[in-house]
Amino acid sequence: MTTAAIRTDQYTHPMVPGVREVLGITRETSDVFTLRLSGNDGSSGPSFAPGQFNMLYVFGVGESAISASGDPDRSQELIHTIRAVGTVTRAMQTLRRGARIGVRGPYGTPWPLAEARGRDVILVAGGIGLAPLRPAIYQIFRNRPEYGRVIILYGARTPGDLLYAKEIEQWRGRFDTDVMVTVDKAERGWYGQVGVVTGLIPRTEFDPNNAIAMLCGPEIMMRFTIREIERRGMASDQVYVSMERNMKCGWGVCGHCQFGPFFVCKDGPVFRLDHVSHLLGIREI
Amino acid sequence: MESLEPILKEHQFLKGLAEDQIRFIVGCARNIRYDPNQFLFREGEEASTFHLIRGGKIALENFIPGKGVVQVETIVEGDVLGWSWLYPPHRRSNDARALDPVRAIAFDGACLRKKCEEDHDLGYAIMKRLLYQILQRLERVRMQRLDVYKVG
Repeated sequence: MTTAAIRTDQYTHPMVPGVREVLGITRETSDVFTLRLSGNDGSSGPSFAPGQFNMLYVFGVGESAISASGDPDRSQELIHTIRAVGTVTRAMQTLRRGARIGVRGPYGTPWPLAEARGRDVILVAGGIGLAPLRPAIYQIFRNRPEYGRVIILYGARTPGDLLYAKEIEQWRGRFDTDVMVTVDKAERGWYGQVGVVTGLIPRTEFDPNNAIAMLCGPEIMMRFTIREIERRGMASDQVYVSMERNMKCGWGVCGHCQFGPFFVCKDGPVFRLDHVSHLLGIREI
Repeated sequence: MESLEPILKEHQFLKGLAEDQIRFIVGCARNIRYDPNQFLFREGEEASTFHLIRGGKIALENFIPGKGVVQVETIVEGDVLGWSWLYPPHRRSNDARALDPVRAIAFDGACLRKKCEEDHDLGYAIMKRLLYQILQRLERVRMQRLDVYKVG
């Protein structure tokens, strides 16, 4: 069957996936890869909002919720950066160019890019958490004059675990953006920063009364980050976090991703901190 | 000769100290530079100084037999380096190596301890600042130990 015969339209029922073609796979780190899928013809505007996710379906294996990590304005392609950790994501990394994959979505709440206009923006990413923030970074760069200071703080486990290394170098070259990268541990020979990502926050300059922070990474990393950001004087209604739970349906029906009174798939994954801060750290949730 | 007082007043660590307190401790301080790859100190050495970093990057390192040298943390402008000078046995617990040209103020630890004993208001102000540094470092080390990005 040729590519032209593949249906790429979105079916009306949210549980029925559309079929996309794999355009390519890029290896980012030893266990993280980026999947490039066919999108729409580019004429229908952005295919998702930064922060949203899709349910990707490897036929015969299963489905997994993966954040969109590409440029929303390049809707000809759908980009997802994925860590191979389970049966479905391991199967995804074996897909080859031309293979087909099911896609449902996009689902979930976006990063607050409209609320951030006119303010300083602090983006804090840990590990693979940079992937869901990357679309927001693209949007901010595209509309750069609308924002105040833009600060990107990124932490990873080791130098070999850093995502999008070449792209980060390009971001660092911008005069209008502060980009700081750190790794938790490194051997001699690594010239960059060593230390946790929270250690970068005291080194940044922004107006805590007129700033928005967007955090994405492991929940424990976000809790440490929140504490450091609060020390800088930011209130919890200025901070947004992207939560992760085991999502199945993607649209608030099955209850797998229940997070207190919320469903992460429908009410999140991006939450304003003051809406969920009382739930963070509760083991039973 | 130009005094170090203006530099001390502006450093993140000492900001907010009274002029007379700065004047009281300036005699314990000296301006110092390190070349790339030069060690500020080595593990096990006597900890006679502590550094206020004015510029450049420093790698805090430990040598692990069988593994080699592991970088623990990077210290940059505005940071404080070293607190082994505070308590006996006054021995360094890491190597500190300049990654690029480093500018710093080195305080004589014994001199500063003496000043803090003589003027408890100053001592309280210094210890409060050091305690905050240690608290922050402790939190960072905890997070590092949690290995939050490790899968499985």
